[in-house]
Amino acid sequence: MNEPPISRGFRARQRPPGTRDRVPPGQHLVSDFPVLSAGPTPEADLASWRFGLDDGASPFAEWTWAEFNALPQTEITVDIHCVTTWSKLDTRWRGVTIDDLLAAAGLSEAPDAFVMAHCEGGYTTNMPVADLVDGKAMVATHFDDEPLDPEHGGPARLLVPHLYFWKSAKWIRRLQFIPEDQPGFWEENGYHMYGDPWREQRYDGD
Amino acid sequence: MTAIEVAAPRLAWRIAEVREIIDETPRVRTLVLDVPGWPGHRPGQHIDVRLTGEDGYAAQRSYSIASAPEAPMVAITVERIATGEVSPYLASEVVPGDRFELRGPIGGYFVWSVASGGPLMLVAGGSGIAPLMAMLRHRAAVGASMPARLIYSSRSHEDIIYRDELARLAAAGDGLDVVHVLTRARPADWTGESRRIDAEMLARLSFPPSQRPFVYICGPTSLVESAARTLVTLGHDRRLIRTERFGPTGP
Ligand SMILES: Cc1cc2nc3c(=O)[nH]c(=O)nc-3n(C[C@H](O)[C@H](O)[C@H](O)COP(=O)(O)OP(=O)(O)OC[C@H]3O[C@@H](n4cnc5c(N)ncnc54)[C@H](O)[C@@H]3O)c2cc1C
Repeated sequence: MNEPPISRGFRARQRPPGTRDRVPPGQHLVSDFPVLSAGPTPEADLASWRFGLDDGASPFAEWTWAEFNALPQTEITVDIHCVTTWSKLDTRWRGVTIDDLLAAAGLSEAPDAFVMAHCEGGYTTNMPVADLVDGKAMVATHFDDEPLDPEHGGPARLLVPHLYFWKSAKWIRRLQFIPEDQPGFWEENGYHMYGDPWREQRYDGD
Repeated sequence: MTAIEVAAPRLAWRIAEVREIIDETPRVRTLVLDVPGWPGHRPGQHIDVRLTGEDGYAAQRSYSIASAPEAPMVAITVERIATGEVSPYLASEVVPGDRFELRGPIGGYFVWSVASGGPLMLVAGGSGIAPLMAMLRHRAAVGASMPARLIYSSRSHEDIIYRDELARLAAAGDGLDVVHVLTRARPADWTGESRRIDAEMLARLSFPPSQRPFVYICGPTSLVESAARTLVTLGHDRRLIRTERFGPTGP
């Protein structure tokens, strides 16, 4: 493609010093926490809430809210990047890593190479297992020491901070391990299958 | 077509030229864009705009397409956020003849066309009217007459975007009603709704859940959250409610 046209007088807003190398291309920093979802925010009933792991069509582990909160807790501080171009640095989360979930289910490794994450309301998103294990991801229940707000995915959301934030599926209910990568809800609607912010994989074909 | 164009990714960056600028309200402008090679869009989809400054700094933001697919050019309607990086440039600095990059159309879920059917129930706050306007313009352009209703929240009478055009569309007698809601200042003779959109208002003004309307809600996050939650409480099927959230604050 040719050189982009120059917008005369268009300038970057001042950015906090030392943050430049933490902001992927096409992203900008925000201090608030915007919301992106495709429909109404579901209200969860913690009494009937369950989180489960499936091997294909077969469930192999399931936890109630109380059981889930009794699993080993991990706290992480990470930068997050939304495909709608905002990034937020040093966000603090608490939850259960996928490694600890697999261990609690009695497995030393995941049953298949890919995952479809299933959420309340029928949303789904896909990713390779390699992006979830070895401390890379968790099912988060707390943000900044507070229970996660429903509009930010509470009571529990997936957190895969190194991918665009739609992969960190809100209102997570199941992780389904599958042998081949398949598009989830956002991916069916034009978003990238993998979604690496450092390679600007926003949309299908990027 | 050259080989390079064929090999280009589906969502290639294109160069748009600003053909016309319409002052909609004191804080909102519409940019009418000539986009060579534009592949067409469905009402509700958006584009990503990328501005590049003289020092090479580039920034991108999403803007809904406000024009109907039937219109000859692509229009976006931008509200100036005073503390923002991109919107003040688009809403105040840009002049006809300026060029910048964009790509799209993007989004396959927050879309409606006449083929989707009705009734069509639209709830907008502020600049959130933009993608819903694409739906209403499309509906009018193809001469459809399924029931449609827009509930549109603005801060004041002078902040109503597309005010005259909405009045014309609503007067066409083709099944569209427009209900304005003003949240801050009201003209002395205002007899319409005058508070934030709430449960009582939505219960009174929406198509009943039994008619299974297709619901599209767009605007500031707080308005979208509360309207969507309320409609679910009123008995609307959450699978028929689609939302687009523009940003943090509300009118
Ligand atoms: C799918 C999609 C479609 C959109 N369509 C439109 C559209 O048709 N018209 C339009 O005007 N905008 C639209 N937006 C919002 C737009 O992308 C930008 O976020 C907006 O123009 C602000 O950008 P900025 O660079 O000026 O502000 P930024 O520099 O990004 O933000 C500056 C400050 O303003 C706050 N802020 C950001 N957005 C808003 C907002 N909407 N209201 C109040 N405060 C805000 C931020 O939190 C921040 O504190 C859309 C957003 C999405 C995700």
